[in-house]
Amino acid sequence: MSGPDLLFYFFATLSLGGGLLMVFSRHPVSAALFMIVSLVGVASLFVLLDAFFLAILQVLVYAGAVMVLFLFIIMLLDVGPGGAKASRLKFLSGVAGLISVGLLVILLLDLSLGAMEPSDCSADGCEDCSETSAFAWPEIREETAANGNSLVFSPSVKAFGFGLLAKYMLPLQVAGFLLLAAMVGVIILSRKSTGEEGG
Amino acid sequence: MEFNPEMLLQLGLKVLFAFTMVGAVMTMAGYSVLAERKVSAWMQGRVGPNRTALPFVENIPFIGSFLKGLGIFQPLADGLKFLFKEEIVPGHVNKVYYYMAPLVALVPALTTMTVLPFGQYYDEAGNSSPLILANLEVGILFIFAVSSLGVYGIVLAGWSSNSKYPFLGGIRSSAQMISYELAMGLSLLPVFLWVSVPGSEASALSLVGIVSSQNDSAWLLLIQPVSALIFLIALFAETNRLPFDMPESETDLVGGFHTEYGSFKFGIFFVAEYAHIVVGSAIFTTIFLGGWHFLPWIADPWPATWVGTLLGIGWFLAKTAFLIFFFIWIRWTIPRFRYDQVMSIGWTKLLPLALINLIVYVLLVTWLDQTPSATP
Amino acid sequence: MAKTVVLERKPLSLSERTYLPQIVTGLKTTFSNMFKEKATLQYPEEKPQLPQNYRGVPTLVNDPNGREKCVSCQLCEFVCPPKAIRITPGSVPEEDEDREHVEKAPQEFEINMLRCIYCGYCQEVCPEEAIFLLDEYSSSGYTREEMINNKAKLYELGGTLPDKHYKWDKKKDAEVEGNAH
Ligand code: SF4
Ligand code: SF4
Repeated sequence: MSGPDLLFYFFATLSLGGGLLMVFSRHPVSAALFMIVSLVGVASLFVLLDAFFLAILQVLVYAGAVMVLFLFIIMLLDVGPGGAKASRLKFLSGVAGLISVGLLVILLLDLSLGAMEPSDCSADGCEDCSETSAFAWPEIREETAANGNSLVFSPSVKAFGFGLLAKYMLPLQVAGFLLLAAMVGVIILSRKSTGEEGG
Repeated sequence: MEFNPEMLLQLGLKVLFAFTMVGAVMTMAGYSVLAERKVSAWMQGRVGPNRTALPFVENIPFIGSFLKGLGIFQPLADGLKFLFKEEIVPGHVNKVYYYMAPLVALVPALTTMTVLPFGQYYDEAGNSSPLILANLEVGILFIFAVSSLGVYGIVLAGWSSNSKYPFLGGIRSSAQMISYELAMGLSLLPVFLWVSVPGSEASALSLVGIVSSQNDSAWLLLIQPVSALIFLIALFAETNRLPFDMPESETDLVGGFHTEYGSFKFGIFFVAEYAHIVVGSAIFTTIFLGGWHFLPWIADPWPATWVGTLLGIGWFLAKTAFLIFFFIWIRWTIPRFRYDQVMSIGWTKLLPLALINLIVYVLLVTWLDQTPSATP
Repeated sequence: MAKTVVLERKPLSLSERTYLPQIVTGLKTTFSNMFKEKATLQYPEEKPQLPQNYRGVPTLVNDPNGREKCVSCQLCEFVCPPKAIRITPGSVPEEDEDREHVEKAPQEFEINMLRCIYCGYCQEVCPEEAIFLLDEYSSSGYTREEMINNKAKLYELGGTLPDKHYKWDKKKDAEVEGNAH
């Protein structure tokens, strides 16, 4: 077993173990912390795939910002162990579990059907990752090449920027619009009503 | 990929460099504590620590007493004091997180420096390559990502202490850090926009690229004063320095998040704080003050040999030291903001300013692109 | 009648509202302060100059002839707010040529410096001007017992004051001239 493989197993255990512990820990704060561990593990896996940019975004956005807010809220509300008592919550979490298992199955099916070929590539680590990634998503590479652009899909920041602002312009705009709507909603909800007293 | 001697050597060298850098940053952190005490003393008409002495060094006729007067040995004494103090753990704390918090605070502060270029190495042919532990293409993002993890140390310390003042300190700090991270990131966008020449293959998000763009031309401080100002203010907020030292404001929160900490655990928080300042100053130097390059518009006067390497590193350290002094200088000049003021400065002043700055520079860069003769 | 003038507060100008010029001014001030002369007194090597009326550790003093002044009237013990003084009265032997007419003298005189608040009442109340708060200010010890000044210590600290207060000499002279009281 070579170095990167060892690292892969280490970080995979870290992210999976973190996830499991998150689900099973009694205390919300511990759960949040284990989730951070898991996220950082996933980020490290991205690093092993040479996708530094993704890894850093993962840490920056999820571990650095979102989870801080989570912790913030857990601490402010002072949720003790065993928060989910109401049966409604139980029901909801059951539904959520079902949905996620379903999604996982779909993902696995898709992966096993769609990506038979690159299995031999993963064996020798990731010496040439642009090759590997291009293998997984051949259409993108073909399209960028067909558009007359020399940029192939690679883990570099430039490729991400290009992809976002050229190929995925519409989804980006939609996501931005969604976020804007959410922001406006938050501002309206959190604003004290000026018309009535004590609103 | 099999292990071979060369790889091991490389690995060993990396580890050695890493330890050297940790040592350097820790030493600088220790001495910035001393600088803090000395400078604050001078600004207030006092003399500061001037009693600690080492047995033999003290007896050197002139230098000994001079060093003693400067308090050079004070950090040693302080460190020893922290080590040998009694460990007191209050009964009401959440033990695991209580012990974990100082480490969580220290590690990000020391990790950010891995992507920090601090000098230039010249090989026989005269080609230069940067001195850096890990030359990441997205170095600056790495710094943001890791330093955003630093807040956990404070939040955990505040929460696990299980008493009200540390808790308030932790909550304040997390809110403050999240708010100023935005302005900080936005303030750097125009810088990277300016540096990345259209069509170039190298990614301009790397700190090395930024430094080399300032070689022989203006420092980015002169080109982007607004960005530099916003970044500096946000840096103060991120390092919890005085105008923004909400997490530990002594006057209203006793000691903030480290109220319940004593002895070495407190020492770690203390060092982490100063390590943040050291690394923050180094980042500011790298981005806005031309890194190891000489003055703006003047080519490096030193030769392209190891002498040049050393002088470059020295020059870099000098700039960093000046910035550390600036941090201290500000601290002993300006009073603290109130908490709501901190928040309103972050969200209603700095963030819009950073956005306007970004838009102006986007327009400017686009315009410069259209007129090819004037490309930066 | 004093007239109050209410000044209109001018609205801040744009540069004032950024606070930056003000901060720069402040920075200049602190920077120039760095090179001013230091006010620090290097204490154990340099001693402060005490004012004339400094109230240090209470001490007992001798009169210029080197005789004990205290007559053990215990007024100071009575007046001392924190009850720091404890006096064991004793008598002056009749045959003491030197100290005729003085009936009493303290056998033991203790001032507990852990209690004393340096108020100076004892000095004020003493009819014999025997107790003085002199300029000794650093008293320290490792135990509580060490911090209780006994009579010997008090005289050692006080010494002899060159005052012109020869009350008992005057009394003696008066009696010699047959003019008692
Ligand atoms: S100075 Fe005041 S407190 Fe001290 S012994 Fe005299 S009367 Fe008592
Ligand atoms: S010191 Fe003065 S007041 Fe006190 S007992 Fe002696 S004579 Fe009386």
